[in-house]
Amino acid sequence: MNHANPNPILTFALNGETVSVPAHPGQRISEVLREKLGARDVKIGCNAGDCGACTILVDGAPVCACLMAAHQAEGRSVETLAGLQKTDGDAQSLKQRFQDHGAAQCGICTPGMMVTAVALLRKNPTPSVQDTQDALGGVLCRCTGYRKILDAVTDVPALAKQGDGETGTSIPRLDGDAKVTGRERFGDDVAPAGCLEILVIRSPFPRATFALGDLDAFVASTGLETVLTATDVPGDNLFGVIPDFIDQPVFAEKEVRFRGEAIAAVIGTPDRIAAFDPATFPVSWTEGTAVQNPTEACATGADEVHQGRRDNVMCGGLVTCGNPDDALATAAITVTGRFQTGFVEHAYIEPEAGFAQMNGDRIELHTCTQAPGMNLESLERILGVPRAKIRIVPTSVGGGFGSKLDLTVQPFLALGTMKTGQPVRLCYTRTESMQSSTKRHPADITLKIGADENGKLQGFDFRGDFDTGAYASWGPTVANRVPVHASGPYAVADYRAVSRGIHTNNPPSGAFRGFGVPQSAIAQESLFDELAAKLHMDPLEFRILNALDNGEPTVCGQVFEQGVGIKACLEALRPAWTTERAAADTFNAQNATLKRGVGLAAGWYGCGNTSLPNPSTIKCGLGPDGRITLHQGAMDIGQGSNTVITQIFATELGVPVADITLLGADTDITPDAGKTSASRQTFVSGNAAQLSAAALRAQILAKINVSPDAALSFEDGKIIARDNAGEHALDVAALPVDKDGYVLQATSTYDPPIKPLDANGQGSPYAQFGYAAHLAVVEVDTALGTVKPLKFVAAHDVGHAINPMLVEGQVHGGIAQGLGMALMEEYLPGRTENLHDYLIPTFGDIPPIETIIIEEEDAHGPFGAKGLGEHVLIPTAPALLNAIKHATGRRITQVPATPYRVRSAILGGEA
Amino acid sequence: MTFIQSTELAETLEYLRSHKAVVLAGGTDVFPAMKQGQRPGSIVSLARVAGLRGISQDDHGFRIGAATTWSDIVASDLPPAFDALKAAAREVGGQQIQNVGTIAGNLCNASPAADGVPPLLALGAQVELASAARGTRVVDLSNFITGVRQTDLAEDEIVTAVLIPNPPDGMASAFEKLGSRRYLVISICMTAANVLLDDQGRIAKAHIAVGACSAVAQRLPTLEAAIIGARPTDAPVDPSHLADLSPIDDVRGSAAFRMDAVQEQIRRAIIRAGGA
Repeated sequence: MNHANPNPILTFALNGETVSVPAHPGQRISEVLREKLGARDVKIGCNAGDCGACTILVDGAPVCACLMAAHQAEGRSVETLAGLQKTDGDAQSLKQRFQDHGAAQCGICTPGMMVTAVALLRKNPTPSVQDTQDALGGVLCRCTGYRKILDAVTDVPALAKQGDGETGTSIPRLDGDAKVTGRERFGDDVAPAGCLEILVIRSPFPRATFALGDLDAFVASTGLETVLTATDVPGDNLFGVIPDFIDQPVFAEKEVRFRGEAIAAVIGTPDRIAAFDPATFPVSWTEGTAVQNPTEACATGADEVHQGRRDNVMCGGLVTCGNPDDALATAAITVTGRFQTGFVEHAYIEPEAGFAQMNGDRIELHTCTQAPGMNLESLERILGVPRAKIRIVPTSVGGGFGSKLDLTVQPFLALGTMKTGQPVRLCYTRTESMQSSTKRHPADITLKIGADENGKLQGFDFRGDFDTGAYASWGPTVANRVPVHASGPYAVADYRAVSRGIHTNNPPSGAFRGFGVPQSAIAQESLFDELAAKLHMDPLEFRILNALDNGEPTVCGQVFEQGVGIKACLEALRPAWTTERAAADTFNAQNATLKRGVGLAAGWYGCGNTSLPNPSTIKCGLGPDGRITLHQGAMDIGQGSNTVITQIFATELGVPVADITLLGADTDITPDAGKTSASRQTFVSGNAAQLSAAALRAQILAKINVSPDAALSFEDGKIIARDNAGEHALDVAALPVDKDGYVLQATSTYDPPIKPLDANGQGSPYAQFGYAAHLAVVEVDTALGTVKPLKFVAAHDVGHAINPMLVEGQVHGGIAQGLGMALMEEYLPGRTENLHDYLIPTFGDIPPIETIIIEEEDAHGPFGAKGLGEHVLIPTAPALLNAIKHATGRRITQVPATPYRVRSAILGGEA
Repeated sequence: MTFIQSTELAETLEYLRSHKAVVLAGGTDVFPAMKQGQRPGSIVSLARVAGLRGISQDDHGFRIGAATTWSDIVASDLPPAFDALKAAAREVGGQQIQNVGTIAGNLCNASPAADGVPPLLALGAQVELASAARGTRVVDLSNFITGVRQTDLAEDEIVTAVLIPNPPDGMASAFEKLGSRRYLVISICMTAANVLLDDQGRIAKAHIAVGACSAVAQRLPTLEAAIIGARPTDAPVDPSHLADLSPIDDVRGSAAFRMDAVQEQIRRAIIRAGGA
């Protein structure tokens, strides 16, 4: 009988070459490919067949490598992206097409997408949109909104053009090649195979006390290397992101406050860790009664999640101006509503992962992060070592959206390598990632808005409670941002917005694209439609009438004399608004069950930290060979900062982007460009890059002694300057070289001009806002409650589009996330801790999106540019809810608007 | 741990006679169910067992080998009565899952929301089982799945085929699935309808099965009887026909919503199967 595999050697063809490798019986082929054959182009997103990131071709057919036993591949042909890129014409063509459309953003899903697309193109060289969606429907993407991938696979004409990369031009991503060839290294891709692994022990209960058993005996009996607990933390066993709210332990000490909280970690060889059953860990639990939601948390007598935070209120925010009570009392029309949203999971396809090692007495940490500088500050405190002893080398980041600002794997890795003295690695499972990472805050909002008989806003009273979960994370930021933004981009003279962050025994809520503003926009933009209806006004004209303009104060009393682009955004939607409303009316007259609706919503978002300093520093150098090096520390998490900041820098310096070598991010070699958050990188780091380029250019011009408008060109070892006086050369190679190896260098910092907010929230919280308006067309199946978006038109004021293709990429991705939040996404602790119970949009859920770029230049932006990353999802959900109302006559006030909720609303029950 | 990968059915069954093992076909349910640190003692792979994959037909009906994948079913030339099964096959995960996931695996996993079950119930499918100790036996699919994640399969036994009687000439079918997104979605509820019309365009025969509205997907005999003689567009579907269903409240929807939605779904499935 040939059944048993006495020899565990497995032989198959990997990318055309025969390989023989030992494998454990039942080992997943994904693991064998990545850890034994070096095929780290096979990405693991879920280990459950839910995301498709690990797609390989087996005898030409796409399969999930995570679901295949290695020995089932015996004698068969296995192909991965890296191999296909060497030999396969379809793969090579797709590589260019993905680059030409910006179809890879973070790049973590890209290998799975491209491998699946190769299988499609082999069978069908000219696939239709439907063919492509059906073929690629098994691969999830969280960044792109899928449409650019669709364009690449169906080979529509390229958006990008090769060129010098001057701002305003769509060059392909400068860091894109690694993403489309499988060479990109993410958090779990840098550790050497076989190094020690960490497994975190977590609470199965939302609230409990616990006692650890005899850990020495446990380690001795299991063959594990060691165990980490709170006693192994040399510094403070605490982390957080807001100075006054550093409240989360690395390892809980006696009490846990949410399901999934870490209490310990075991470290061992890969085999030991694979065989380790967490149920054998010596701990005894005493389950407590969890505070499940803000209503319970604020009830009289509720247990305090954190002692001393009374009524479980973490903190609050307030912005008020004028006299909202009087204004509402005398308003001709008022509307009120209560709106609720749930936890939303970031669901990046790359789980948190990293690798750490000691380099002498220094700790070197490679991890996927949005905030290397903040990681450094936190680790300094936790590890109790000076920051000079810590180096953070960010890997590529497979999606972040706010959650990879916080510490996750970092302290475990650093403590693990410090304690063992050996390299260690850690990659969260999907369930672990979902249980323990931060979430979008659930919101419970009541809002009253008034207007006079002409439709001018008169009075606005907003109250929002946000479930901030067990620890503060970015909850204070949400509490501060929401009152500043809850008016939307409108002129409101009499305004009050009060927010509170409430602790519960839920997962910590933190930063998620928009910091609470997408939630408040649902309330405000929904009620604007109700107000317009009561006024018998067109919803678009009502918004235009009330839209903020240059010279008008915001609700914080801040006056922008320029750059307020919301009217232009709204007016850009007018043609589509007119034709789509008419088309929907025609459709609805002919259909009884399917009903179409058209809705719109607007949004604004302040770029940078709220009334707090947030400098970025960018360094550049000129080498003796005449090459320019840009030390670019602004984390590119897929949004494109590597490209955009280089374009800004190159334009200011007056050279093509091809002349520039990019370095970083790496805390040893790049100055701190701040966190990738708050839509600040294009604006703040972009400004620093522009200043840095200007400083270097000035030095060069001074050396050559030419006029400021001289054109520079960089040739081998020489710089040529041309001006009216003729041509001048600088022999770069002859200049002295500094300690960094440069003959000239410049480092510049930019910090946006802001002013603090007073007790009423009056001040100048941001140096610039970006503006947006979305139009959504939906088709509702009124008998089943399903909502099918058919089209979006999205107008965004970005000041100046540094790279219009990347702008479109952000808009598409934001709409996809906004759509998910509106229609399907709700994280329920303990119930939706995987990517088949927690639903994010798939390839078939995102309709065509028309992006309209508005450029109301901003005086503070680099070349007039504004931030964009978060603006893109703020109007999406309310635009969809307004479209559902138009289609069905029913107002959905709780998201997600699942079929159940929509159908219930249609039947007249609770929505 | 042992990994058994025989090409012979007899050898495979002989091993299972004396060993407790996890039976692995496409792996699409086995691997996600594996828990940290809990490795099975033995795995028996059916991937290479001769004769387990493919579809054949004779006078008695169709025989779909246990290891036939959903992609195999989509690619097969089958009569219109199998259209619902093909439609369901396209909804079992993405193509990555359909390329390896097997028809028998879907049955043995016994999820209340298994996409393959309602169409097979509507086709009157039976399940062929084999063991070394007792040879071959055949049970009705409706008796094979006994509860949530429970089947009539013995530990030493595997499914060898799904048997489907030849459907009447002219029988057509349709599959309706309700979920919150387009692809990769676990059904809120689903319906398969196989309908044969008489020459007046009235329903002569109907097999209706509903999934995700009870612990085990159900045929609805009361409804099937009630709509005989009706035109598909007028087929009466009312709550009294759905007494066999017992949906639950879960993250995907409430019981009441499922009962409401499934009635509409049944109407649509009947109309589509009736050729409208």
